[in-house]
Amino acid sequence: MKLEKIIWSDVTFTKGKEMSSDEILRTEHLKKYFPVEKGFLERLLTSTKRFVKAVDDVSFSISKGEVFTLVGESGCGKSTTGRLVVRLIQPTSGKVFFGQENITDMKKKEFRIYRRKLQIIFQDPYASLNPRMRIGRAVGHPLEIHGLAKGVEERQRVNEILQRVGLTPPEQFTNLYPYQISGGQRQRVAMARSLILDPEFIVADEPVSMIDVSLRTTIIDLMLDLRRDLDLTYLFITHDLAIAKYISDRIAIMYLGKIVEIGEKHEVFSNPLHPYTQALMSAIPVPNPERKRTAIELKGEVPSAINIPRGCRFNPRCPYAEERCKVEPELTAVKPGHFVACYRTEN
Amino acid sequence: MSEEKKEKTQLLAVNDLTVEYSARRGKIRAVENASFTLDRGETLGIVGESGSGKSTLGMSLIRLVPYPGKIMKGNIILEEQRILKLKDEQMRDLRGRKISYIFQDPMTSLNPVEKIKDHFIELIQTHEPKVTKAQALKRAQQLFKDVGIQPERISDYPHQLSGGMRQRVMIALALALNPSVVIADEPTTALDVVVQAKILDLLGTLQERYGMALILITHDLSIVLERSDKIVVMYAGRIVEQARSTALYKSTQHPYSQGLLKSIPNIELADQKLEAIGGTPPDLLNPPHGCRFWPRCPFVMPECLVEEPSLYETGENHLVRCYLYKGEGNE
Repeated sequence: MKLEKIIWSDVTFTKGKEMSSDEILRTEHLKKYFPVEKGFLERLLTSTKRFVKAVDDVSFSISKGEVFTLVGESGCGKSTTGRLVVRLIQPTSGKVFFGQENITDMKKKEFRIYRRKLQIIFQDPYASLNPRMRIGRAVGHPLEIHGLAKGVEERQRVNEILQRVGLTPPEQFTNLYPYQISGGQRQRVAMARSLILDPEFIVADEPVSMIDVSLRTTIIDLMLDLRRDLDLTYLFITHDLAIAKYISDRIAIMYLGKIVEIGEKHEVFSNPLHPYTQALMSAIPVPNPERKRTAIELKGEVPSAINIPRGCRFNPRCPYAEERCKVEPELTAVKPGHFVACYRTEN
Repeated sequence: MSEEKKEKTQLLAVNDLTVEYSARRGKIRAVENASFTLDRGETLGIVGESGSGKSTLGMSLIRLVPYPGKIMKGNIILEEQRILKLKDEQMRDLRGRKISYIFQDPMTSLNPVEKIKDHFIELIQTHEPKVTKAQALKRAQQLFKDVGIQPERISDYPHQLSGGMRQRVMIALALALNPSVVIADEPTTALDVVVQAKILDLLGTLQERYGMALILITHDLSIVLERSDKIVVMYAGRIVEQARSTALYKSTQHPYSQGLLKSIPNIELADQKLEAIGGTPPDLLNPPHGCRFWPRCPFVMPECLVEEPSLYETGENHLVRCYLYKGEGNE
């Protein structure tokens, strides 16, 4: 039986399509090209502009309460996508919808209310906290900025939220400076700060990659508890497939600025179809001395995002590359909800 | 049979090694009474979190503990030579030739204003003054082939190479004088998984080809379980468990090792429930009295707070620093 070809971008959105009620965030053809700085001579001699195509046509939609994870190696554009979603940077083209609202070109003033609903947690809790600001003030600061609370009320809210992220008793932490607490505690502070405005959607950009192994699980479990208790939705960004498998509902694998495979977690992990996904999975160390796995060998290294290979961007490294790969494949359904950008899945 | 026996000979023995850092606020015992052995061609994994003393232990093996660290006692015997007794110039000669070190961050270990080939020429000529520049270069090119980089890239500067390639260069440098043991300190932490797998595979292949022993220092228990013959688990400056990898996996004994194993996601298990180790690692300026793990230990008993347990032998070459196993074996 031949299935009708279903293209990802057609299902994610069609012009004028109503958003389904449980959808909270959607991106449409999101692109971010960073211009490449040229040297003085080069500027005189050439007029062509070159770009790093960090995010190159990424579309997805996230339902309320979901943990949606972007997985990929460094330079694949996963963090840039996260920044685009919360509008820390402006896309080159494409749209971001939050609820029913297109927030892409919203004016700063209008966007302010969405800023409260959309928060981000960064990878490095050593860099994301001001070293000269006490914990209590760092966490309470957003309340002042948004004019929501100050004084006693602010302190009360801060204490509540510190308790919520497991920094108890909160009074012990509010007067400390970041250098006085551990990396795991800092990441909890960063979470408290992002939660204090009562957000609905949180982008978590590698929140545990800089934390000691024995503490990672506690942070991840805390994130999952908070999702349940506070009705949160996460866009989780990681390079670690094992963590992605643990935390996600759905995952998308990115390679050189594009999603190459997307689907329910169990489906993607039990039936990875894109050769890149397969290679990624085979490369993960398995904590078992008796299990000798063989990693799928990929040719060469990830190409530069300035000179993206023509056609399928994975084809120069792909063990199965063939002639038709010179034309870029689209994300196509192989099963309901499971989409792969590879011609091999078509036959 | 006799050949197998020959391969099993001991290469390195570390006895009772203690390394101390003196800080203004007091003394930090980063490594205390560490003992282990390594056979020829074997892979030893040293696993621990940041601050567990694993890197200090690694660096004391080549006598490069950074100031203000000092090796207080113990001895290290490499191929019948007592390393701690050697004069500085003897030690310098040994480094690279018999024992070499691959550091975590290849960018800071390579000289940014020197071409890659000059690193090799300098290294080879320092240790083997009779070798000409051309010979050294030829050897470097062969090494480049071994680690899978095009030999032409040898004229590049470090910044022209990718992170994975730089780490390959570090491996090639470490192997240049054909040492009998290579210490790799978090060799893949800064790299992506695909590159990580390639580098670890490469280390394994080269290890077989040149018959060297490997000490793999990492925070990632999965890597160590997968790649090494035996494992040393460190916590707060102490070896808390050591065993052959298969034994450690089948019968993980120290509560900290058990906790580590339960807290790392295993991609092969369906719907795994991870369990976290509560609490945080101790401040080594102010370590807990008794066993260093007791504040986080689910099985803590009154005696754990009084005195630190010694290493108990619970099986063949399986040592555990925990009172739970006191009755089972010998001290």
